[in-house]
Amino acid sequence: MTGATEVRSPVGARRTRRGAGADRPPWPVLVLAGVATLFFALPFLGLLWRVPWGDAWRLLTEESSLQALRLSLVCSLSATVLSVVFGVPLAWVLARAGFPGRRLVRALCVLSMVLPPVVGGVALFAAFGRRGVVGGPLYDWFGVRITFTTVAVILAETFVAMPFLVLSVEAGLRGLDRRPEEAARTLGASRWYTFRRVTLPAVRPALVAGAVLAWARALGEFGATITFAGNLPGKTQTMPLAVYLALESDTGQALVLSLVLVAISFGVLVGLRDRWLGGGPPEVR
Amino acid sequence: MTLRADVGLTLGQLDLEVALSVDDGEVVALLGPNGAGKTTFLRAVAGLVAIDRGRIEIGGTVVDDPATGVFLPPEDRAVGVVFQEHRLFAHLTALENVAFGLRARGVPRREARARAAGWLGRLGLSDHAGSRPAQLSGGQSQRVALGRVLAVDPSLILLDEPLAALDATTRIEVRRDLRRHLEGTGRPTVLVTHDPVDAHALAHRVVVVEGGRVSQQGDLATVTAHPRSAYVAELVGTNLVAGDVRAGVLTTPAGAVVVVPGDAPDGPALASIRPSAIALHRRPPEGSPRNTWEGRIVDVDRLGDRVRVRLTGPLDLVAELTVAGLAALDASPDDPVWASLKASEVAVVPADAGPGDTDGCGEPAGER
Repeated sequence: MTGATEVRSPVGARRTRRGAGADRPPWPVLVLAGVATLFFALPFLGLLWRVPWGDAWRLLTEESSLQALRLSLVCSLSATVLSVVFGVPLAWVLARAGFPGRRLVRALCVLSMVLPPVVGGVALFAAFGRRGVVGGPLYDWFGVRITFTTVAVILAETFVAMPFLVLSVEAGLRGLDRRPEEAARTLGASRWYTFRRVTLPAVRPALVAGAVLAWARALGEFGATITFAGNLPGKTQTMPLAVYLALESDTGQALVLSLVLVAISFGVLVGLRDRWLGGGPPEVR
Repeated sequence: MTLRADVGLTLGQLDLEVALSVDDGEVVALLGPNGAGKTTFLRAVAGLVAIDRGRIEIGGTVVDDPATGVFLPPEDRAVGVVFQEHRLFAHLTALENVAFGLRARGVPRREARARAAGWLGRLGLSDHAGSRPAQLSGGQSQRVALGRVLAVDPSLILLDEPLAALDATTRIEVRRDLRRHLEGTGRPTVLVTHDPVDAHALAHRVVVVEGGRVSQQGDLATVTAHPRSAYVAELVGTNLVAGDVRAGVLTTPAGAVVVVPGDAPDGPALASIRPSAIALHRRPPEGSPRNTWEGRIVDVDRLGDRVRVRLTGPLDLVAELTVAGLAALDASPDDPVWASLKASEVAVVPADAGPGDTDGCGEPAGER
């Protein structure tokens, strides 16, 4: 921690003496980095530029907008909770348990990250649709239908979001100092108590980072949702779907809703970055 | 609550076969070079690693027996472990760390915290109850780690180099705390250390482990007097002289006098003298050495290219010479010799009397 800083300090001191200019990157790097930054900034500037500010409040408080916003928050937060509840144990098993085919299981569990979301939606449909492997019996025996319901939205969002949490927590667990866990066991703590009281607090930074990434991914979910859950206002029409729909009828509303999504995501990233994601390694010691 | 451990275990390069019994209230020091298997032995007893052969029994309960398939996990063994690197829980305060074991065993929060606060008080850490481990010094952390173990009243206490990570001054304080609190438990205790001073201050019996086997055991005095390997000679073959320091002079209970470095604090202390620092002469030496004792050679042990000469006199000492040095001395058992030593060669450790001192004398060489 401080030791590392002290070791580096002679070099740092020399740099400071020669002035801050010594740290300036070579100009090709600077130019390319500048272009990249612009590439990310321009779309948001464009958004700000095009938003009909005079009508913004009215468009935002329209029932359809509020409905989509509410639904988005409820579904994305539910998906995040589901991701944590199931994803943390999954990460634990992937990181700690040795069993044949573990790499295959891991690949399967994070496949939806690299899959086109529409394909994910089709796959979910094949499983939970009315004639799907699980959806068929569910409907025939209990009369339960999942597709085109809010539950389907939450399932679709969890499907694409959970891998972010799993990978983050798995990495956290792998990098963890396991000696405090041993100490806990010798103090009479069961495996479960040790997991809750020692392991989980120690991977909290990775857990929070993973949960935020998963939540952001769930909030932005479009392809799997529209394929598997449809686009029913108030039921399955989340913000991204509403934006897409509005684009055809009312560009102004699409722009305002987009801006809201940008603001939420940006706010969360900035707000959490320093507190949870930034800084040095997690305080495991 | 005795410990009976017969540990057979193969782990990578290590092939461990160590049998050890420790009675109630007895402290056994496990000494040995790195990789000898001391820590693995502790881990096996604690249940952090299963044994391949043998059997471990704590207080009459079999906790690990491969023959019958019995294996109790660590949490069901009631074994307290103090680790070298304290291993406190970083996200908990000192108080919560000490309360952890009680909470894990289902003691209600309020009672657990009250009992933990009591232990912090006994360890002089009441002011640090709310501190996180990162805010504690090495000595404070190790004391919290000790409190965390004692708070659950384990039926067996294992200490894995508890003082090794501490600086010299802190080591003395924590050693004293360990001594005080270990005595009170009346539990069997196994201490892994490589410091003969720790063994002297804390342990009743020494077991030397080399290459996964017990190479020597007994009380520290005997082991020191008759090291059976170069390693033991190097490790514990140092002369420890207990006495009282006043103004740079240590006086033993028997009245012998050792001049020690002038900055040694007054009070009860242990003087540690390396056998190789002692010079032997056939005539009273002249010149600078301020420590000179007349003695008689008891016997001569050869260990590799070194010889260990045991002397008796006002102080029972072991001196180490080269073979050539012994030839030049031209002395045999029962011959009178003079031993000399510079005051600066004496290392002084403030200490209260250790368990090895029950008859009031710390000289290692006497067989009594």
